[in-house]
Amino acid sequence: MSASILTVDDSASLRMAIRVALTGAGYAVTEAGDGVEGLGKATATRFDLIITDLNMPNMDGLTMIRELRKSPSQAGVPIVFLTTESDDAIKAQARAAGATGWLVKPFEPTQLIKIAQKVLGR
Amino acid sequence: MSSNDPVEAFASEALDLLDQIEKALLDLGRDLGDRGAVDEVFRGLHTLKGSGAMFGFDALAGFTHHCETAFDRVRKGLSAATPALVSAVLSARDHMRALIDHRDGPRDERLEAAGNLILAELYAAMPESAGGHEPTGQQTSAATHAPNAPGEGWAIHFKLPPGAMANGTNPAALLQELRNLGECRVRLHLDDLPPFDQFVPTECYLAWDVELHGAATREQIEDVFIFILDDMELTLTPLAPASLPGEARSGTATAIANAARPDAAAGQAEIPAKAVVRPQESVRVQAERLDELMNRVGELVIAQSRLAQLTTRNGQVDPIMLRAVSEDIDRLSSELRDTTMALRMMPVGNLFGRYRRLVYDLAQETGKAITFVTEGEATEVDKTVIERLADPLVHLIRNSCDHGLEPADDRIAAGKSETGQITLSARQAGGEVLISITDDGRGLDRARIRAKAEAQGLIAAGTPLSDAALFQMIFHPGFSTASTITNLSGRGVGMDVVKRSIDSLRGTIEIASTQGKGTTFTLHLPLTLAIIECMLVRVGDGRFAIPLSAVEECLELPQTEIIANGRRNFLNVRGQLIPYLRLRESFAVQRPADLHQKVVVVGLGNSERGSSRVGLVVDQIIGNTQTVIKSLSRFHSGLGVFSGATILGDGTVALILDCGHLIALARESQHALAEQTNGEAA
Repeated sequence: MSASILTVDDSASLRMAIRVALTGAGYAVTEAGDGVEGLGKATATRFDLIITDLNMPNMDGLTMIRELRKSPSQAGVPIVFLTTESDDAIKAQARAAGATGWLVKPFEPTQLIKIAQKVLGR
Repeated sequence: MSSNDPVEAFASEALDLLDQIEKALLDLGRDLGDRGAVDEVFRGLHTLKGSGAMFGFDALAGFTHHCETAFDRVRKGLSAATPALVSAVLSARDHMRALIDHRDGPRDERLEAAGNLILAELYAAMPESAGGHEPTGQQTSAATHAPNAPGEGWAIHFKLPPGAMANGTNPAALLQELRNLGECRVRLHLDDLPPFDQFVPTECYLAWDVELHGAATREQIEDVFIFILDDMELTLTPLAPASLPGEARSGTATAIANAARPDAAAGQAEIPAKAVVRPQESVRVQAERLDELMNRVGELVIAQSRLAQLTTRNGQVDPIMLRAVSEDIDRLSSELRDTTMALRMMPVGNLFGRYRRLVYDLAQETGKAITFVTEGEATEVDKTVIERLADPLVHLIRNSCDHGLEPADDRIAAGKSETGQITLSARQAGGEVLISITDDGRGLDRARIRAKAEAQGLIAAGTPLSDAALFQMIFHPGFSTASTITNLSGRGVGMDVVKRSIDSLRGTIEIASTQGKGTTFTLHLPLTLAIIECMLVRVGDGRFAIPLSAVEECLELPQTEIIANGRRNFLNVRGQLIPYLRLRESFAVQRPADLHQKVVVVGLGNSERGSSRVGLVVDQIIGNTQTVIKSLSRFHSGLGVFSGATILGDGTVALILDCGHLIALARESQHALAEQTNGEAA
């Protein structure tokens, strides 16, 4: 069975880009438009990987990651965040919140797939 | 959206973002301490930059970066939001729009120059950050150390941070990645494993020693651990004696984007190079409405199959069954029509939002302080109407700002507040949507309009005219000159253009104005353009449709009136005198009239125009019908009495009466009659 991935981003075009790239690589992709929706979908079903933006309305990515990690059922679920800043402080903050890894925007579809493969362990 | 082209999706999304940014900027302009607005502007700019760079809008991303930086500073309290900053970023927002539109075009130096001017304005607006051109957020943290020369291999010792596994790091995946780099000999250390009662299942207590053989570089190995490099223990020692020292180090995080860049070329850019940037025309539809539509269509399919069953049943058709199906289909198609219409309905709020910027700009331009108030944003109007309303409204609002509102000094002299107010409101009344633009300015100058109209020969000197009729004069082509209130300082469009646009929407404009108090323009617009409910009547042999929204009541024409056939065509309806028109006379019908003639009283359903009622005398009232409006041919377009035509169920054509025009016609004949009577009396 193909791995299931949840992508959380307020930008529909970015979600679409992620979906197109990942479904092309054989993953099943679910979309959420902000942290609240992402949290809801992630707690309803356990995903194999969550890819989230940080800057979002309603609930930002960091808060969502923290909320997810509070739940024992979400322990060990890899969470990769997308960021435009290559600022180390943000990465440290996100790691402290419980993120597994990151990807700097802009990225190529191949990079995204690579990251997915990396954290999923194929 | 079913399209799978992210670039196209971005182009349309970007326009939404720009609207959102503009709205938040205008909020901020009104209240410089509005934190929510600052966050919203920042978020919008941030997404625009990030996604823009993703989808090849490099110029946009680069330009937006500067504005984002500015708002990041405001967000963090490093600099203050000022009117100058808001104004600069508003200009920048317009430039972003131009950059999106221009994406596929060749390099445009003028556009770049314009962009640089705006950036200069932006940086001038935030003095705290003089020389604050920061590098664009990428490629700054690239690893600086040179790659190690490949050797025999590495002895790798690593221990994961305690929370690594709970946070989604999979040690097995890491080991697998190391294996991909070369042959590995792995040894697990359990030294740190606590006694069972202290054991936390989500914590990672393990450490590994890996002997990696092969030509892997230090960077390749560090890349494996890239996400946890800062928090973990990692020691790399070259296996074979090598020239390089095998010091233990905790590496700097190398942005994976940079690391992966070189081989991205092999993966081919999957983003299509030439995408249509102009977003396709689309309507946002509430999901429930689509569901409703699906339900109706489903029912229609069932009804259709019942019909098919009935007709295939060996020649015998049960008329009762047939009628039942016919009734079902009748109901369904009218429901289907309503639901489909509803799909096209959009709240006017979006349209109204656009004018906030216009009023802001006009206030800057004219140096007047203006508050802009909108009401009834949730009122829904057909999409086409909204689109075609955009320009006339710009014109009317501009007119109100330019000419309706007085300069501050005059206002104070007149005892008014220094700040003028423009109110844009929408509401639904019957089958119409009323949109009004109100200013609290100086009001229309009757004497000046009259003088102008007389000078232009539009009315004879001294003609008695109601205010409403007098104000309509400003809609005459060429009426506006430099000395009148409707001049728009060289913008080349007059109020006649507004009038024509509204006419083409089958709407009307009403003006109410009190000198010194202000002016209200009210647009009466039909809810939808395509289909209207009509009352079908017969006059002689012809059939005509009267829009049901205009019909107030139906009466029998009293026998006395039929015989009298006098000049004074008035009908006493419950004590109120209503003028009437005999349509058979208006349309020169030859066939003798029916014995019992009927009167359809039509009005334009507005209490402000209580007198705007007229009776239409017809031979027979046939009933109500759904009317799909077809426009008249070019040759008949001059016939104001008819607003269109429709095709009836039996294939014949019925003309649709324009009630507004008929009411005007009745008034004219009244006037003529009154004058004639006056003349006779003299």
